[in-house]
Amino acid sequence: MFAVLPYLAAGWIFLIGCYGLATSRNLVHAVVSLAVVQSSTYLLLLAVGWKRDATAPVFGDISPGAPVVDPIVQALTLTDIVVGATVSALLLALTIQVAKRHGTIDPEEIRSLEQDSGDDDGQ
Amino acid sequence: MTGPRTARLLFAVGAGGIGLVFVLAVLRLPGFGQPHHPYGARAVAAAVAQHTANAVGSVTFDQRGFDTMGEEFILFAAALAALLLLRQLRSEEEAAGQRHDYGPEDVFAGVRLMGFVMLPVTLLVGGYVVVHGAISPGGGFQGGVVLATGLHLAYLAGDFRTLERLRPLPVLDVTEAMGAATYTIVGFAALASGAGFLANVLPHGRLTDLMSSGTVPLLNVAVGAEVGSAVVLILAKFLEQALTKDRRAEA
Repeated sequence: MFAVLPYLAAGWIFLIGCYGLATSRNLVHAVVSLAVVQSSTYLLLLAVGWKRDATAPVFGDISPGAPVVDPIVQALTLTDIVVGATVSALLLALTIQVAKRHGTIDPEEIRSLEQDSGDDDGQ
Repeated sequence: MTGPRTARLLFAVGAGGIGLVFVLAVLRLPGFGQPHHPYGARAVAAAVAQHTANAVGSVTFDQRGFDTMGEEFILFAAALAALLLLRQLRSEEEAAGQRHDYGPEDVFAGVRLMGFVMLPVTLLVGGYVVVHGAISPGGGFQGGVVLATGLHLAYLAGDFRTLERLRPLPVLDVTEAMGAATYTIVGFAALASGAGFLANVLPHGRLTDLMSSGTVPLLNVAVGAEVGSAVVLILAKFLEQALTKDRRAEA
Protein backbone atom coordinates (compact mmCIF):
# COMPACT_ATOMS: atom_id res chain seq x y z
CA MET A 1 0.00 0.00 0.00
CA PHE A 2 2.75 2.43 0.94
CA ALA A 3 4.40 1.76 -2.44
CA VAL A 4 1.57 3.58 -4.24
CA LEU A 5 0.32 5.98 -1.55
CA PRO A 6 2.05 9.12 -3.01
CA TYR A 7 0.55 8.38 -6.43
CA LEU A 8 -2.89 8.01 -4.89
CA ALA A 9 -2.39 11.31 -3.04
CA ALA A 10 -1.63 12.98 -6.38
CA GLY A 11 -4.84 11.52 -7.84
CA TRP A 12 -6.81 12.71 -4.84
CA ILE A 13 -5.46 16.28 -5.20
CA PHE A 14 -6.34 16.15 -8.91
CA LEU A 15 -9.94 15.18 -8.16
CA ILE A 16 -10.29 17.79 -5.38
CA GLY A 17 -9.18 20.46 -7.88
CA CYS A 18 -11.64 19.12 -10.47
CA TYR A 19 -14.41 19.28 -7.87
CA GLY A 20 -13.55 22.93 -7.28
CA LEU A 21 -13.66 23.62 -11.03
CA ALA A 22 -16.96 21.79 -11.52
CA THR A 23 -18.79 23.56 -8.68
CA SER A 24 -17.10 26.97 -8.86
CA ARG A 25 -19.30 30.06 -8.56
CA ASN A 26 -16.38 32.50 -8.91
CA LEU A 27 -13.85 32.68 -11.73
CA VAL A 28 -10.95 33.55 -9.39
CA HIS A 29 -11.85 30.46 -7.35
CA ALA A 30 -11.86 28.47 -10.61
CA VAL A 31 -8.34 29.68 -11.46
CA VAL A 32 -7.13 28.62 -8.01
CA SER A 33 -8.85 25.23 -8.46
CA LEU A 34 -7.00 24.80 -11.73
CA ALA A 35 -3.74 25.57 -9.87
CA VAL A 36 -4.65 22.78 -7.41
CA VAL A 37 -5.20 20.39 -10.35
CA GLN A 38 -1.79 21.36 -11.72
CA SER A 39 -0.06 20.86 -8.38
CA SER A 40 -1.23 17.23 -8.39
CA THR A 41 1.02 16.68 -11.43
CA TYR A 42 4.02 18.11 -9.52
CA LEU A 43 3.45 15.56 -6.78
CA LEU A 44 3.00 12.71 -9.27
CA LEU A 45 6.18 13.59 -11.19
CA LEU A 46 8.31 14.00 -8.06
CA ALA A 47 6.91 10.77 -6.58
CA VAL A 48 7.81 8.88 -9.76
CA GLY A 49 11.38 10.17 -9.61
CA TRP A 50 12.04 9.54 -5.92
CA LYS A 51 14.58 6.93 -4.91
CA ARG A 52 15.04 5.61 -1.37
CA ASP A 53 18.17 6.86 0.44
CA ALA A 54 19.06 9.18 -2.44
CA THR A 55 19.59 12.93 -2.33
CA ALA A 56 19.07 15.91 -4.67
CA PRO A 57 20.75 15.57 -8.10
CA VAL A 58 23.18 18.44 -7.49
CA PHE A 59 26.86 17.56 -7.20
CA GLY A 60 27.97 20.67 -5.32
CA ASP A 61 28.71 18.90 -2.04
CA ILE A 62 28.43 15.23 -3.01
CA SER A 63 30.61 13.20 -5.30
CA PRO A 64 29.26 12.31 -8.77
CA GLY A 65 28.91 8.63 -7.85
CA ALA A 66 26.45 9.21 -4.99
CA PRO A 67 22.84 7.98 -5.35
CA VAL A 68 20.56 10.79 -6.47
CA VAL A 69 16.88 11.02 -7.42
CA ASP A 70 15.76 11.28 -11.05
CA PRO A 71 16.58 14.79 -12.41
CA ILE A 72 14.40 14.42 -15.52
CA VAL A 73 11.07 14.48 -13.69
CA GLN A 74 12.34 17.42 -11.63
CA ALA A 75 13.09 19.36 -14.83
CA LEU A 76 9.61 18.43 -16.10
CA THR A 77 8.12 19.71 -12.83
CA LEU A 78 9.95 23.00 -13.39
CA THR A 79 8.37 23.28 -16.86
CA ASP A 80 5.02 22.39 -15.33
CA ILE A 81 5.29 25.15 -12.72
CA VAL A 82 6.34 27.79 -15.28
CA VAL A 83 3.48 26.93 -17.63
CA GLY A 84 1.06 26.76 -14.69
CA ALA A 85 2.07 30.24 -13.52
CA THR A 86 1.65 31.77 -16.98
CA VAL A 87 -1.74 30.07 -17.48
CA SER A 88 -2.89 31.45 -14.10
CA ALA A 89 -1.74 34.97 -15.02
CA LEU A 90 -3.51 34.78 -18.37
CA LEU A 91 -6.75 33.45 -16.87
CA LEU A 92 -6.74 36.10 -14.14
CA ALA A 93 -6.28 38.79 -16.81
CA LEU A 94 -9.27 37.30 -18.67
CA THR A 95 -11.22 37.32 -15.41
CA ILE A 96 -10.60 41.06 -15.05
CA GLN A 97 -11.89 41.57 -18.59
CA VAL A 98 -14.98 39.47 -17.83
CA ALA A 99 -15.62 41.47 -14.66
CA LYS A 100 -15.39 44.73 -16.60
CA ARG A 101 -17.64 43.52 -19.38
CA HIS A 102 -20.34 41.75 -17.37
CA GLY A 103 -19.97 43.18 -13.88
CA THR A 104 -19.85 39.68 -12.38
CA ILE A 105 -17.43 36.76 -12.18
CA ASP A 106 -19.99 34.07 -11.42
CA PRO A 107 -19.98 31.66 -14.39
CA GLU A 108 -23.70 30.88 -13.95
CA GLU A 109 -24.68 34.55 -13.94
CA ILE A 110 -22.53 35.28 -16.99
CA ARG A 111 -24.26 32.45 -18.83
CA SER A 112 -27.74 33.78 -18.05
CA LEU A 113 -26.66 37.35 -18.91
CA GLU A 114 -25.54 36.20 -22.31
CA GLN A 115 -28.78 34.33 -22.89
CA ASP A 116 -30.90 37.34 -21.95
CA SER A 117 -29.15 40.05 -23.95
CA GLY A 118 -27.65 38.10 -26.83
CA ASP A 119 -24.57 39.88 -28.11
CA ASP A 120 -24.05 42.84 -25.80
CA ASP A 121 -22.39 46.05 -26.84
CA GLY A 122 -19.27 45.67 -24.70
CA GLN A 123 -17.35 48.69 -23.46
CA MET B 1 -29.83 24.82 -16.93
CA THR B 2 -27.84 22.42 -14.80
CA GLY B 3 -28.31 23.24 -11.14
CA PRO B 4 -25.51 22.86 -8.60
CA ARG B 5 -27.03 19.54 -7.54
CA THR B 6 -26.89 18.07 -11.04
CA ALA B 7 -23.38 19.46 -11.48
CA ARG B 8 -22.25 17.66 -8.33
CA LEU B 9 -23.90 14.44 -9.44
CA LEU B 10 -22.26 14.60 -12.87
CA PHE B 11 -18.95 15.35 -11.20
CA ALA B 12 -19.31 12.36 -8.87
CA VAL B 13 -19.92 10.03 -11.83
CA GLY B 14 -16.95 11.41 -13.82
CA ALA B 15 -14.62 11.54 -10.84
CA GLY B 16 -15.55 7.99 -9.88
CA GLY B 17 -14.65 6.79 -13.37
CA ILE B 18 -11.37 8.70 -13.51
CA GLY B 19 -10.51 7.60 -9.95
CA LEU B 20 -11.13 3.95 -10.77
CA VAL B 21 -8.98 4.01 -13.92
CA PHE B 22 -6.28 6.00 -12.11
CA VAL B 23 -6.09 3.53 -9.22
CA LEU B 24 -5.90 0.58 -11.65
CA ALA B 25 -3.05 2.33 -13.52
CA VAL B 26 -1.17 3.27 -10.35
CA LEU B 27 -1.22 -0.31 -9.02
CA ARG B 28 0.92 -1.33 -12.02
CA LEU B 29 3.44 1.51 -11.61
CA PRO B 30 6.93 0.79 -10.22
CA GLY B 31 6.76 1.23 -6.44
CA PHE B 32 7.47 4.56 -4.73
CA GLY B 33 11.19 4.96 -3.95
CA GLN B 34 12.33 1.97 -6.04
CA PRO B 35 16.01 2.07 -7.06
CA HIS B 36 15.78 1.63 -10.87
CA HIS B 37 15.59 4.88 -12.82
CA PRO B 38 17.15 4.14 -16.22
CA TYR B 39 16.43 7.59 -17.70
CA GLY B 40 17.51 9.36 -14.54
CA ALA B 41 20.79 7.42 -14.39
CA ARG B 42 21.58 8.32 -18.01
CA ALA B 43 20.69 11.98 -17.48
CA VAL B 44 22.94 12.14 -14.40
CA ALA B 45 25.82 10.51 -16.31
CA ALA B 46 25.36 13.01 -19.17
CA ALA B 47 25.28 15.95 -16.72
CA VAL B 48 28.54 14.83 -15.08
CA ALA B 49 30.12 14.30 -18.52
CA GLN B 50 29.23 17.92 -19.40
CA HIS B 51 30.66 19.08 -16.02
CA THR B 52 27.28 20.43 -14.91
CA ALA B 53 26.94 19.97 -11.14
CA ASN B 54 23.19 20.72 -11.16
CA ALA B 55 21.78 17.74 -13.06
CA VAL B 56 18.33 19.35 -13.24
CA GLY B 57 19.91 22.41 -14.88
CA SER B 58 21.77 20.15 -17.29
CA VAL B 59 18.52 18.42 -18.30
CA THR B 60 16.71 21.74 -18.67
CA PHE B 61 19.31 23.80 -20.56
CA ASP B 62 21.63 21.26 -22.16
CA GLN B 63 20.03 17.85 -22.73
CA ARG B 64 16.64 19.25 -23.63
CA GLY B 65 17.57 22.87 -24.26
CA PHE B 66 15.36 23.02 -27.34
CA ASP B 67 12.26 22.12 -25.29
CA THR B 68 13.16 24.84 -22.81
CA MET B 69 13.31 27.32 -25.68
CA GLY B 70 9.72 26.38 -26.48
CA GLU B 71 8.83 26.79 -22.82
CA GLU B 72 10.49 30.20 -22.78
CA PHE B 73 8.38 31.30 -25.74
CA ILE B 74 5.23 29.98 -24.05
CA LEU B 75 6.11 32.31 -21.18
CA PHE B 76 6.85 35.15 -23.59
CA ALA B 77 3.58 34.70 -25.48
CA ALA B 78 1.53 34.37 -22.29
CA ALA B 79 3.10 37.50 -20.81
CA LEU B 80 2.38 39.37 -24.03
CA ALA B 81 -1.23 38.17 -24.04
CA ALA B 82 -1.73 39.13 -20.38
CA LEU B 83 -0.30 42.60 -21.04
CA LEU B 84 -2.60 43.05 -24.05
CA LEU B 85 -5.65 41.94 -22.09
CA LEU B 86 -4.86 44.27 -19.21
CA ARG B 87 -3.96 47.24 -21.40
CA GLN B 88 -7.48 48.44 -22.12
CA LEU B 89 -8.20 50.02 -18.78
CA ARG B 90 -5.01 52.03 -18.94
CA SER B 91 -6.08 53.69 -22.19
CA GLU B 92 -9.53 54.32 -20.73
CA GLU B 93 -8.01 56.02 -17.72
CA GLU B 94 -5.71 58.13 -19.83
CA ALA B 95 -8.57 59.14 -22.08
CA ALA B 96 -10.36 60.42 -18.99
CA GLY B 97 -7.30 62.53 -18.17
CA GLN B 98 -6.53 60.70 -14.91
CA ARG B 99 -3.03 59.91 -13.71
CA HIS B 100 -1.68 57.34 -11.31
CA ASP B 101 -0.32 59.05 -8.26
CA TYR B 102 0.34 57.09 -5.10
CA GLY B 103 2.55 58.14 -2.23
CA PRO B 104 3.66 56.16 0.81
CA GLU B 105 0.81 54.18 2.31
CA ASP B 106 0.05 54.02 6.01
CA VAL B 107 1.74 50.78 7.10
CA PHE B 108 3.54 49.63 10.24
CA ALA B 109 7.00 51.17 10.58
CA GLY B 110 8.39 47.68 11.19
CA VAL B 111 6.87 46.35 7.97
CA ARG B 112 8.28 49.31 6.07
CA LEU B 113 11.73 48.87 7.60
CA MET B 114 11.79 45.13 6.91
CA GLY B 115 10.62 45.74 3.35
CA PHE B 116 13.44 48.11 2.58
CA VAL B 117 16.08 46.06 4.45
CA MET B 118 15.08 42.84 2.72
CA LEU B 119 14.71 44.39 -0.74
CA PRO B 120 18.43 44.59 -1.63
CA VAL B 121 19.11 41.27 0.13
CA THR B 122 16.39 39.53 -1.88
CA LEU B 123 17.65 41.04 -5.14
CA LEU B 124 21.15 39.80 -4.30
CA VAL B 125 19.82 36.31 -3.56
CA GLY B 126 17.89 36.36 -6.85
CA GLY B 127 21.00 37.30 -8.80
CA TYR B 128 22.96 34.60 -6.97
CA VAL B 129 20.37 31.93 -7.77
CA VAL B 130 20.40 32.89 -11.47
CA VAL B 131 24.20 32.98 -11.83
CA HIS B 132 24.82 29.77 -9.84
CA GLY B 133 22.10 27.86 -11.70
CA ALA B 134 24.58 25.40 -13.20
CA ILE B 135 26.26 24.39 -9.94
CA SER B 136 23.62 24.68 -7.20
CA PRO B 137 19.85 24.28 -6.97
CA GLY B 138 18.06 27.06 -8.81
CA GLY B 139 18.61 28.69 -12.16
CA GLY B 140 17.09 31.28 -14.47
CA PHE B 141 13.43 30.47 -13.87
CA GLN B 142 13.67 30.34 -10.09
CA GLY B 143 16.08 33.29 -9.75
CA GLY B 144 13.99 35.42 -12.12
CA VAL B 145 10.94 34.95 -9.91
CA VAL B 146 12.98 35.80 -6.79
CA LEU B 147 14.24 38.99 -8.47
CA ALA B 148 10.73 40.06 -9.48
CA THR B 149 9.36 39.27 -6.01
CA GLY B 150 12.20 41.18 -4.35
CA LEU B 151 11.28 44.36 -6.19
CA HIS B 152 7.71 44.12 -4.95
CA LEU B 153 8.87 44.26 -1.32
CA ALA B 154 8.77 48.02 -1.97
CA TYR B 155 5.05 47.65 -2.65
CA LEU B 156 4.57 45.61 0.54
CA ALA B 157 6.41 48.34 2.41
CA GLY B 158 3.60 50.61 1.21
CA ASP B 159 5.56 52.72 -1.25
CA PHE B 160 4.20 52.39 -4.77
CA ARG B 161 6.24 55.35 -6.01
CA THR B 162 9.55 53.74 -5.04
CA LEU B 163 8.42 50.57 -6.79
CA GLU B 164 7.66 52.59 -9.93
CA ARG B 165 11.13 54.14 -9.79
CA LEU B 166 12.76 50.73 -9.23
CA ARG B 167 11.15 49.17 -12.28
CA PRO B 168 11.35 51.28 -15.43
CA LEU B 169 8.73 49.40 -17.48
CA PRO B 170 10.00 50.36 -20.97
CA VAL B 171 13.47 49.05 -20.02
CA LEU B 172 11.93 45.80 -18.75
CA ASP B 173 9.94 45.46 -22.00
CA VAL B 174 13.25 45.46 -23.86
CA THR B 175 14.97 43.19 -21.31
CA GLU B 176 12.23 40.59 -21.63
CA ALA B 177 12.55 40.48 -25.41
CA MET B 178 16.35 40.50 -25.17
CA GLY B 179 16.27 37.50 -22.82
CA ALA B 180 14.17 35.48 -25.26
CA ALA B 181 16.35 36.62 -28.18
CA THR B 182 19.62 35.75 -26.38
CA TYR B 183 18.45 32.18 -25.86
CA THR B 184 17.78 31.81 -29.58
CA ILE B 185 21.04 33.53 -30.51
CA VAL B 186 23.03 31.10 -28.32
CA GLY B 187 21.31 28.29 -30.21
CA PHE B 188 22.20 29.72 -33.62
CA ALA B 189 25.77 30.48 -32.49
CA ALA B 190 26.21 26.78 -31.75
CA LEU B 191 24.79 26.01 -35.19
CA ALA B 192 27.21 28.46 -36.81
CA SER B 193 30.16 26.83 -35.03
CA GLY B 194 29.34 23.57 -36.85
CA ALA B 195 27.53 21.77 -34.01
CA GLY B 196 23.78 21.24 -33.62
CA PHE B 197 21.25 23.90 -32.60
CA LEU B 198 21.76 24.76 -28.89
CA ALA B 199 24.61 22.23 -28.65
CA ASN B 200 26.84 22.89 -25.64
CA VAL B 201 29.89 24.12 -27.59
CA LEU B 202 31.59 26.32 -24.95
CA PRO B 203 34.44 24.88 -22.82
CA HIS B 204 32.96 22.83 -19.98
CA GLY B 205 35.39 23.91 -17.27
CA ARG B 206 35.74 22.05 -13.95
CA LEU B 207 32.77 20.51 -12.17
CA THR B 208 31.35 22.94 -9.51
CA ASP B 209 33.31 25.94 -10.87
CA LEU B 210 31.14 29.04 -11.39
CA MET B 211 32.20 29.18 -15.04
CA SER B 212 31.68 25.49 -15.74
CA SER B 213 29.18 23.56 -17.90
CA GLY B 214 29.53 25.62 -21.09
CA THR B 215 26.39 27.37 -22.31
CA VAL B 216 24.25 26.51 -19.27
CA PRO B 217 25.11 29.64 -17.20
CA LEU B 218 24.61 31.84 -20.27
CA LEU B 219 21.15 30.38 -20.93
CA ASN B 220 20.34 30.70 -17.21
CA VAL B 221 21.09 34.43 -17.30
CA ALA B 222 19.01 34.87 -20.49
CA VAL B 223 16.06 33.04 -18.92
CA GLY B 224 16.51 34.90 -15.62
CA ALA B 225 16.31 38.26 -17.40
CA GLU B 226 13.23 37.20 -19.32
CA VAL B 227 11.35 35.62 -16.41
CA GLY B 228 12.15 38.46 -14.02
CA SER B 229 11.02 41.13 -16.50
CA ALA B 230 7.89 39.19 -17.53
CA VAL B 231 6.75 38.71 -13.92
CA VAL B 232 7.36 42.39 -13.08
CA LEU B 233 5.49 43.54 -16.22
CA ILE B 234 2.48 41.29 -15.54
CA LEU B 235 2.33 42.27 -11.85
CA ALA B 236 2.64 45.94 -12.84
CA LYS B 237 -0.48 45.63 -14.99
CA PHE B 238 -2.40 43.81 -12.26
CA LEU B 239 -1.37 46.40 -9.66
CA GLU B 240 -2.42 49.19 -12.01
CA GLN B 241 -5.86 47.59 -12.33
CA ALA B 242 -6.21 47.19 -8.56
CA LEU B 243 -5.06 50.73 -7.78
CA THR B 244 -7.29 52.42 -10.36
CA LYS B 245 -10.19 50.36 -9.01
CA ASP B 246 -9.49 51.66 -5.49
CA ARG B 247 -9.27 55.16 -6.81
CA ARG B 248 -12.59 54.86 -8.58
CA ALA B 249 -14.20 53.50 -5.43
CA GLU B 250 -12.91 56.46 -3.43
CA ALA B 251 -14.06 59.05 -5.98
